[in-house]
Amino acid sequence: MAEVLVYVDHVDGAVRKPTLELLTLARRVGDPVAVALGAGAEATAAVLGEHGAVKVLTADAPEFADYLVVPKVDALQAAHEAVSPVAVLVPSSTEGKEIAARLAVRIGSGIITDAVDLESGAEGPVATQSVFAASFTTKSRVSKGTPVITVKPNSAAVEAAPAAGAVEALSVSFSDQATGTKVVGRTPRESTGRPELTEAAIVVSGGRGVNGAENFSIIEELADSLGAAVGASRAAVDAGWYPHTNQVGQTGKSVSPQLYVATGISGAIQHRAGMQTSKTIVAVNKDAEAPIFDLVDYGVVGDLFEVVPQLTQEVKSRKG
Amino acid sequence: MSLRIVVCVKYVPDATGDRHFADDLTVDRDDVDGLLSELDEYAVEQALQIADEADDAEITVLTVGPEDAKDALRKALSMGADKAVHVEDDDLHGSDVMGTSLVLAKAIEKTGYDLVICGMASTDGVMGVLPAILAERLGVPQVTLLSEVSVEDGTVTGRRDGDTASEQLQASLPAVVSVTDQSGEARYPSFKGIMAAKKKPVESLDLDDLDLDAELVGLEGAWTKVDSADERPARTAGTIVKDEGEGGKQLAEFLAGQKFI
Ligand SMILES: Cc1cc2nc3c(=O)[nH]c(=O)nc-3n(C[C@H](O)[C@H](O)[C@H](O)COP(=O)(O)OP(=O)(O)OC[C@H]3O[C@@H](n4cnc5c(N)ncnc54)[C@H](O)[C@@H]3O)c2cc1C
Ligand SMILES: Nc1ncnc2c1ncn2[C@@H]1O[C@H](COP(=O)(O)O)[C@@H](O)[C@H]1O
Repeated sequence: MAEVLVYVDHVDGAVRKPTLELLTLARRVGDPVAVALGAGAEATAAVLGEHGAVKVLTADAPEFADYLVVPKVDALQAAHEAVSPVAVLVPSSTEGKEIAARLAVRIGSGIITDAVDLESGAEGPVATQSVFAASFTTKSRVSKGTPVITVKPNSAAVEAAPAAGAVEALSVSFSDQATGTKVVGRTPRESTGRPELTEAAIVVSGGRGVNGAENFSIIEELADSLGAAVGASRAAVDAGWYPHTNQVGQTGKSVSPQLYVATGISGAIQHRAGMQTSKTIVAVNKDAEAPIFDLVDYGVVGDLFEVVPQLTQEVKSRKG
Repeated sequence: MSLRIVVCVKYVPDATGDRHFADDLTVDRDDVDGLLSELDEYAVEQALQIADEADDAEITVLTVGPEDAKDALRKALSMGADKAVHVEDDDLHGSDVMGTSLVLAKAIEKTGYDLVICGMASTDGVMGVLPAILAERLGVPQVTLLSEVSVEDGTVTGRRDGDTASEQLQASLPAVVSVTDQSGEARYPSFKGIMAAKKKPVESLDLDDLDLDAELVGLEGAWTKVDSADERPARTAGTIVKDEGEGGKQLAEFLAGQKFI
């Protein structure tokens, strides 16, 4: 079978979940060959093999951490030359999209970003996208070159599919551009111990209605009772009540969990753009006319300071 | 020497309007009001601040788009940019990101630049990849998705808040920068600014002016193809209850029924 390149998003060898989802989709198109770069690259092989990677191409060099994006493009291009794949799939992180886009220019290929599904078709892989704040669903394909496609988190289930996962060293020679943008400092984000926002099965979000940083503990308690990630609207972020890394929406994270709980959020189009594809949506808002109620499977018109703590209590007692 | 800044701005359909597709499956730009993409206002704002800090700077705003896209240029000029370049050509209709970036790169080279500033993403396409592609095409450093940016002595520095870390970046000019909506509120045009904008030069260019072959751009030249675009079925109306003291419990009951608890 033809081979498909899959770019691996990992942190020091720990493979992030969207990459495993990507392997599920990749297997519909061909035999997945993974490309893992940077510190810990070889350590990714075991888990990638369990999920269908026939081969894992690895490379490590200081350039990957010390300079922005381009060294990784150089490496992915080297892998593309070595493998001649039928498609290149990359997780839709901000960096992933940039790597994919630059690769596409170099290899003379079209690019599709933020796919939410992928099938194989007569003329190459067909990508499903959700556009205009998720009000439309499109199907598209790349009509020139090797299709380069980035895929959003939560677009497929992680499936075990044992394959060889044989590690092979990838030789990379860096381009003149590789050292153009230096990373002179890096502050890792502190872990909250909660699930990753884009990967979580349940997201509980708070908006302007939460009315203060100190009140976000109410949202966090509900989230913790459900094992959920915490999100926030831009209004709550702009007010300084919650970090921007937790913002859901057009200029924040795009989430597609099994369950989205919106509290004190009106449901503006830019917020909807980041959560409308959630499977089940529930909301608590004191304004019965709030547009968020157009989206919900279940909505409670009421004061979140009454409803949310009661819900948390009930979840805790039901879970025992 | 003067610092030449080019800001790429896009004219987009209003996100709060009713956006849809035309028969050829391109974004319908005729039946819906357009405006300067809000996310590109942040790019104009940072350009103005960088220009303020520099001894001598000139800001050119650049757009690739239809006739109406002039509105976006006017808005940027009224915020304080010095001049504008509008690339307009019937053959551009339906261009994908590869086509648009090719045209922008040519126009930027023709204009002359030390610094290109883009928004983080366009509010209609939302790809967020064009700045990286521009850097690749121009062969200059990419310093993208900055929530803080400054330029000093021919060096651009900035902070990029990524998924797993916040990074401090540095590159020499010329470079391509993109800024996020965290970079600082964009100013409103003043009355004086709006009046002054009317007299500022807007240069129009077509594909010939840029020595570009029409076959490389537009719907025909696109490297991607949209096969179908379907309106998402409206979500089926859910249950809405008014809290009479038991709202939290009722919601829990629903969640339990759906096996979330
Ligand atoms: C270019 C651009 C990009 C944007 N990107 C984003 C984005 O990524 N994410 C995003 O979220 N927004 C984004 N926005 C902003 C968006 O337009 C809205 O302004 C924002 O989503 C509003 O947040 P909110 O719903 O929390 O606040 P509001 O719209 O003020 O709504 C607050 C809601 O809380 C309810 N409420 C108040 N008190 C209570 C209470 N005690 N109990 C229950 N309910 C209560 C109110 O009835 C109201 O419905 C963007 C805007 C622009 C122009
Ligand atoms: N047609 C265009 N004309 C000028 N600038 C554009 C155009 N399209 C995109 N851009 C710039 O590229 C950025 C990212 O766009 P995108 O990759 O389409 O999301 C925008 O914020 C603009 O700065």
